[in-house]
Amino acid sequence: MTSITKTRPNIDIPPRDLKRSVTNIAMWAVLAGILMWSWEGADMRPMDLWTDAANMSAFAKGFFPPDMHRWPTFMAEMIVTVKIAIWGTALAVVTAIPFGIMSSENIAPFWLVQPVRRLMDAFRAINEIVFAMLFVVAVGLGPFAGVLALWIHTVGVLAKLMSEAVEAIDPEPVEGIRATGGTKLHEIIYGVIPQVMPLWISFSLYRFESNVRSATVLGIVGAGGIGVLLWELIRSFEYAETAAVLIIIVISVTVIDMFSQFLRRLVI
Amino acid sequence: MTSAIQVTNLSKTFRAGSRAVDDVSFSVAPGEMVALIGASGSGKSTLLRHVAGLVEADRDVGEGFVTVDNRRIQDRGKIDPDIRSLRRDIGFIFQQFNLIDRLSVLTNVLCGVLGRAPRWRTTFLWFTREEKRLAMECLARVGISGQAQQRASTLSGGQQQRAAIARALAQKARVVLADEPISSLDPASSKNVMEHLAAINRDDGVTVLVSLHQVDYAIRYCPRTIALRDGKIVFDGSSKKLTRAVLTDLYGDSSIELLGEQHETQDFRPPEHLPETPRLAPEAIPA
Repeated sequence: MTSITKTRPNIDIPPRDLKRSVTNIAMWAVLAGILMWSWEGADMRPMDLWTDAANMSAFAKGFFPPDMHRWPTFMAEMIVTVKIAIWGTALAVVTAIPFGIMSSENIAPFWLVQPVRRLMDAFRAINEIVFAMLFVVAVGLGPFAGVLALWIHTVGVLAKLMSEAVEAIDPEPVEGIRATGGTKLHEIIYGVIPQVMPLWISFSLYRFESNVRSATVLGIVGAGGIGVLLWELIRSFEYAETAAVLIIIVISVTVIDMFSQFLRRLVI
Repeated sequence: MTSAIQVTNLSKTFRAGSRAVDDVSFSVAPGEMVALIGASGSGKSTLLRHVAGLVEADRDVGEGFVTVDNRRIQDRGKIDPDIRSLRRDIGFIFQQFNLIDRLSVLTNVLCGVLGRAPRWRTTFLWFTREEKRLAMECLARVGISGQAQQRASTLSGGQQQRAAIARALAQKARVVLADEPISSLDPASSKNVMEHLAAINRDDGVTVLVSLHQVDYAIRYCPRTIALRDGKIVFDGSSKKLTRAVLTDLYGDSSIELLGEQHETQDFRPPEHLPETPRLAPEAIPA
């Protein structure tokens, strides 16, 4: 033991950085402050979980056993939901490509990037359900309103993700195309898109998964799919059948997630 | 007088205030093969990028202008508005090859015809049989037609640079600018790429202006050398006249190492078409 300490040179351990410790404590204090400030507005009543436990267990009992008798109907509605997600996503991908390129700082000029980005922010900021309510008024009840709602919201999300991929590209191959005398459009088609393609496909598949999940609730506002059924069952206290619908949603979403992850692995 | 490349009073100042190109003038005759040498940061790349119209020169300094094949590329810091159609006649070889990794080698070479083919077709990646045939011929000339279907990223560095040369060939460019084409290649690939550049110069009469880091390659392959230091031309003449004094001036003491390389590379033979250049053995150079 002594032989080791003898040969070890005397190196000072740097003292704790006071400034960093203070910042650290301040950060935690701010976080605690935010949580306390939000307590009242969020109507936090944790004790109710305890006092109303009997109520909740009675409520939960209503869900069991799930009543699967009408499963073919539920399944048919689930397929409609998936079809809404397919069209909403497909339209969004096609629309998001030009918007995504127009909101990339390394491709589009400043005067175009800023307005397009703000438009995309607006598309993204408003929830699908809100768009669905508006489109139900515009095009009537049913799945088409749901497709339009998913389309608009997803364009906002995908355009942002796609433009971030475009902004991270390697500029050199693009310059290679420019040097051959290609036009700006050539630079995008031959130089930019091949580089971002794997990411774009991955983003699109991920949004498809999310859209299937979102489409399950669009029916609540009358925009078609399994949500219509779900909302009616909950309102008429048919909890055993509600449970059946929830099971079908969980299984479908899981299967679609697994499938799209498999596809993503193929393209990357 | 006709010239393939004419650069007159060209200057370029970057924002930091450093002058990358300082009042440079030179002319390259059609069919010449000229080396551009100089230390890192001497302005070689910047100068070549000006010739291709990829960078604008300073606006308010003199009359700086660039012509290629007697057509104006830029004048007083203003790039010709029709630059894209001018660029299609100028092949540009980059140090990092600048191929599109995920596209096939063949498609990369087909990019050479983008400037000529009608836009409605090329927008949808649609090329005619004749264009594909031309691209395959270009690939065959650089010896990689067997790899046409592979993704560019699967090729070795030397093969990628040959694909880039094939792309310039598909452009049917009369002038090829090469910006340190062999700096990221091993010696065997470097030699191969330089042979191909020399071949298109010799067989097709294409004017080649190539910037090089290695002086020995300049002496081997290029009858004429232009040397830059701090953005200024310090030597312009026959590569044979590159004396030790010039090289020391360019690179400082490291020039001796640069020449030393030449002796270590045993299998290094100049191509047949070039006159045997004297080996720059230290004792042969007047001090």
